[in-house]
Formats: sequence, structure tokens, C-alpha cells
Amino acid sequence: MESGNPSDETSRGASVAALTGIEKSYQMDDVTVPVLRGIDVEVRPALFTVLLGPSGSGKTTLLNLVGCLDRPDKGKVVVAGTDVNSLSDDELADFRSENIGFVFQSFNLIPVLTAFENVEYPLILAGMDPDRRQRRVKRLLEAVGLAERAHNRPGQLSGGQRQRVAIARALARKPKVVIADEPTANLDSQTGAAIIALMRWMQQNFKISFIFSSHDSGLIKAADDLIVLRDGVIQSVRRKPDGAADAPSSLPGEDTSEATWGTEGAPTDFTFLQDETRPIAR
Amino acid sequence: MMTLSLATRNLLRNRRRSLATLLALAIGATAVLLFGGYSADIRYTLLTDYVSRGGHLQIQHKDFHLFGNGNPTAYGIADYQKLIDAIRNDPAIKDEIRVVTPKLQFGGLAGNYQAGVSRTVIGLGYVTDDVVMLRNWNEFGILAVWGPYPLAKTPDDAALVGIGVARVLLLCEQLGVPNCPRPQVLDQPAANGPALPADIAALATGTQSAQAAPQAGPAGAQIELLATQPRGSPNVASLKVVAAEDQGFKELDEITVKLHLAQAQRLVYGRGDPRATSIIVQLHHTSAIPDVAPRLRKLTDEVMPGHSLAVLDFEEINPYYGETIALFNTIFGFIFVLIGGIVLFTVSNTMMAAVMERTTEIGTVRAVGLRQRGIRQLFVTEGFLLGCVGALVGVVSALVLAALVNSLGLTWLPPGTSTPLPLTIRVFSEAGMIIGTAIGLVAIATLSAWLPAWRAANLSIVDALRHA
Repeated sequence: MESGNPSDETSRGASVAALTGIEKSYQMDDVTVPVLRGIDVEVRPALFTVLLGPSGSGKTTLLNLVGCLDRPDKGKVVVAGTDVNSLSDDELADFRSENIGFVFQSFNLIPVLTAFENVEYPLILAGMDPDRRQRRVKRLLEAVGLAERAHNRPGQLSGGQRQRVAIARALARKPKVVIADEPTANLDSQTGAAIIALMRWMQQNFKISFIFSSHDSGLIKAADDLIVLRDGVIQSVRRKPDGAADAPSSLPGEDTSEATWGTEGAPTDFTFLQDETRPIAR
Repeated sequence: MMTLSLATRNLLRNRRRSLATLLALAIGATAVLLFGGYSADIRYTLLTDYVSRGGHLQIQHKDFHLFGNGNPTAYGIADYQKLIDAIRNDPAIKDEIRVVTPKLQFGGLAGNYQAGVSRTVIGLGYVTDDVVMLRNWNEFGILAVWGPYPLAKTPDDAALVGIGVARVLLLCEQLGVPNCPRPQVLDQPAANGPALPADIAALATGTQSAQAAPQAGPAGAQIELLATQPRGSPNVASLKVVAAEDQGFKELDEITVKLHLAQAQRLVYGRGDPRATSIIVQLHHTSAIPDVAPRLRKLTDEVMPGHSLAVLDFEEINPYYGETIALFNTIFGFIFVLIGGIVLFTVSNTMMAAVMERTTEIGTVRAVGLRQRGIRQLFVTEGFLLGCVGALVGVVSALVLAALVNSLGLTWLPPGTSTPLPLTIRVFSEAGMIIGTAIGLVAIATLSAWLPAWRAANLSIVDALRHA
């Protein structure tokens, strides 16, 4: 088994997430089921990292730990340079809000909010002032090609459109890392490919790390780093050489016909994502 | 703002469930307010009845209230007019005072010698014009209070009896009292009863002094009222009964004989110094009692030192009032607790269902960065909104229903009384009750949401996200 060394720094800079000696188990009735058994892994920044493995191998659990949604039974989790084990629940919520974006398999948009409001929600939590917030949401929706559907609720959008809204929401606070658990599983192959292309474009332009769990061959092909899990341990890690990750946004061999709408009219100046946000009590 | 907007939208998401919860709240609020309005009307009706009979305050000998019933005249207040004048002219309270009038209460025996019947009675001597004023008091706008006072503008020998007295003394026919049965056993001798004994007639004539001899009323209703003077000698007055009037309670109806104060004083005190057993003080506003009562006590001590007089308010004089109000308050409280319990479980159930339904959403917003407190706020706000809207709808429907019931002109017969009262529900004028009920229900609804909100906030994010 090959694993990353959290103490190492890659040529791209410090790792965005470093997990050391991670053990995690779940209690099912009277039975304790070990899910992760002593994992050491490092996620390189501003890359596409894909977790691969059969069902029950621990991919989602590992994503939850990197996403600070769960705590390990044992081991250390460092995300964006912060040892998250030591954070309280509220501190962890603030940390997630500031550093981590989420894209879910079932999109998980808030059904009573419009596309615009769904993207705006994390910014409201962050306390960003309304003018700046609305400018940013507008640009994000333009970036994902949904400016026209800004005032539609999720129920009025197709699966692909919902996932694009979810991506815009995940990127709203310019997180250091986006966690995406099987983001294309509920989409047809063409739409899935477009979503992958969109995320790749976002990753390259915003320099954001994406960590996926997926069985999607398109996504696996797009991966910079591929971490294979089996039975709660890392079976292998395949990393693209440094520099190779900065490939053009249109991936070779990928059907990006739909991806073009994702980038058409997209802002070339992303400074709006540099806006300062101030935390508020939540 | 976002929380409020989200909460509103979440409530609108499942309209049927929210509507059912709102209906439970609104019906609860309506029920509480309607009963409260009815209870308030009972309170005002009773209060008006007591105050229009006996004023807000009475000055009596300190033992009269407890012991005066046996021998009222023993507790007469001499020189009472001096105290009345002092009260009327006191600058501190004269603006609050509506009526100050003396009253003489005494025990006696009333007989209809022509019919051969008699019974013990309580005689009440009033200044008739003052009674007219007393009876006109209607601070709370009670629909049916009193009709014209039958003793007003009548000769000095006129009397008014309770319907029960008229019935027992077989005066109903002459007085035109409806629904007044005659006892079968008395049917035969009643028409030819013995004439008034000469000695009694002589006593009666003596009390008339300068007055004209009693004349038969329109229907020829006449009674002889026998009373004992303070020194023990009997005295009799022949009185022309001008009317029989319902006294509200059967017990009072069967013993009440009302007459002019001067006549009563002649009957009880003869040519001696006239006295009164009480001085009735009626105020413009009931709320002035706490201000006026202490001043009256001070005045009484100053003007009538050594007379051992006490100032009692209408609640002390009529304990039934307090008992009735306490009973209604207890029932109101019981109903509120019941309704509150129903609201608690209904809102709690609704919010629990919402938490179950939105578990994934809770996980999502927690993942995005909402703190636990934010989740709690969201669900508690939903409970609060349900409470606000439910209470508002309940208040409006209670106002509408109350207006509807009041417009129907229904009557009801209170227990222990013989006079039907208008069925009135006072909601609109009871701002305190409306606000209290609304706040209470909103508080309960908000509290009901707290447990589901706490559970939602404490859900594991991972478990919540996994929830399908």
C-alpha cells in the first residue's frame, strides 16, 4: 500500500488535507464495524483527487473526515493547515463554512429557496454584505451557466442544472477544498461529463482542490490523484506528476460539448471571489 | 431575516399539515377567548347587579355585616346625614362619588290580612331618587340592567315586594305578576280572610302620622308590615304595594319588602331619632375603589369618632361575587391548560414530522456551515410563526363569533337566580384577555417546537446526510 506522507510538502505547496493514523468504526446494533483502519493520506492542493473503491471500502467515511463532517475515533485530521480534531462543533461549523464546499450525489439543494438563494445561503451565513453577496452569486450563476434560471426553485430545474447550482453554492465562499461524494451518480452520462468539465474548469481557474468519491470512469480519467481504498485501508495512490495537473480545461477524450455553456460568459476576472467576508454568529 | 424567511417558506411547503396545526391553534384560541369573554360578561353583570343595588362601598357599624342580620336596627347609625354631607363635600373624593345614600334594613312581618297570610320579611328603606340613580349605573354597558324603579314618584306609603313575597302573600293577581301559582290549600279561605284586627289597625294608623290613610293600589294590593322598635315595642305600617319585582335570587325574592326611607324610619324609630344601618357609596368607576375606600375610612373616623364604623366594598358585602369569579377563573384556567396541552402536542408533533422530513436538509445546511444554534432558531421560529398566525386567526374568529352570538339576543338563566340574563360574550373589550391568551398560546407553540428543534440541532451531520 502506498500512502501519502502528511509531513511532506509537494512542489505545489502544503497539502490541503493530511490524515494520519485514522481509524473509524460504526456501531450497528451490538456490532462494531470498522470502516477505516489506520489510514495515512495526503491530499495535494488545487488538484482533482478521486477516491476509488468498492462499496463499503470507506470512501464516504474518508470524505466525511476530510470535510470535517465527522470525527475519527483515532488519528489526526489536518485540513487547510488546521488540526480540526481540536475544534468545537461551532468552530467546526465556521471552519467548514470558510474552507470547505460540498457537492452531494443528490444535489441537496434547499427546496424552498431559489437557485440564487441556494448559492447565496453560505454567504449569508458568512455575513457578507448584501450588495457584494448578490454580485458574487450572480457571477457564480453566470459561471455555471444558470443566470437565466436564478429565480427557479430546485424543483423547476433538471438534475444537471441542480448539480450546477450545488457547485456554485460549494464555490460561493471560495473554499480551499470541495468535497464531492459521487457528484455524477444521479446524472446521465452526458450531463455527468458536463458537470465534470465544469468542476475541472472551476478547479483550474479558482485553484480549488476537489476531492471526489466516484465510480464514474470519466471522473477517474480526469483525476490528478487517484486513491484506491479497499476494506478500510488505502490500497494504492496514483499521482500525476507535478505540472501535468495543470492541463487545459477541456480534457482530452472528454465530451465537453455541454461544458461549453458552463464557461460561456464566465467571468475572466475572479477577484470577486477574493472579497473579504466577516463571520457572524450563527 | 433569513431564518424568518426560511421558516415561513418551510411552513408553506407542507400547507396541509401547517393548516391543520393552525386550525388546532386557532380553534383553541377561539375556545379560550369565547369562554373568557363569557366569563368576563358574567363578572361585569354580577358586578353591575351588586353595585347598582348596594353601591361600591358601604359604611356600616363594624359588626353589622356579621351580626346585623338578626337585629339590624341595633346597628343603626345616628346622625348619618352629617357623614353623608362630609363625603359629598370632600374635595379629595367628591369627583369620584356618584351617589351617597342612606339605607335602613330591618326585620319584620308582612301580612295580607284579607288573604289570611303573612311571612317574615326583611324591610329595606331607601331614598327613592337615590335608588333611581343607583340603578342607572352601568359602567360596563350591560345589555339588560334594570327597568324603571317602581317606587319612584310614589306616595310615602308605597312599597315594592319581591315576587316571592307577592306569591306567598297572594298578591300576584292584584299586582299582575305572571306565572305566579296559588297554593291549592289556600284557595278556599283566601277570598274571605279575616279583617285586619282593630288593635293592629290602630297601630298602623299611628304610624301614618301626617300621611294620608293608605289607599288601595290599582289592583288593591295592600300589606301590613309589622316591625319591632329598638325598645321592643311593635309598630305596624299599612303599605300599598305598587309592584312586585324580581330580586334576582329566590331567597331574596321571598323576603324583600322595599319602602321609602322615611316610612321605614317611622316604622322602626317612630318619632325618635331616625337612623340608617348603612350608607351606600356608589362611584363613577369601579377602579376608584382603592383610592376612595381609605379616604372614606379617614373621613368616618374624623366625622363620626367613636361610632365603630367600617367601610366595606361590594366584594366583602357580597362574598358570592368573589366565589363566582373564582369559580369562573378556575374553569378558564382549566380550559386554558387543556387547550395549551393540545397546542403543545399538536405543534410538537408537526415540528417532529418536519424534522424527520427535512433531515437531509438539516445535514446539508449544517455541512454548509450553519451552527446548531441556527438549526434550533429555525425550528423554534417555525413554532413561533405557527403560534402567531394561529393566535391571530383565533382572536379574529373569536371576535366574529362573539359578535354573532351577541347579535342573536340569546338569554340564559344563571344557577340560583330567577331572572334570565342576556347571553353576551365580551371579547372585543377585553384587551388584556386577548393579549394574554395570544401571548400564552404563542409561548406554548414556541416552547413546543423547542424539543424537535433541539433534536434537529443535535443530529449527526453524517447520519442526517445519509437519511433518504
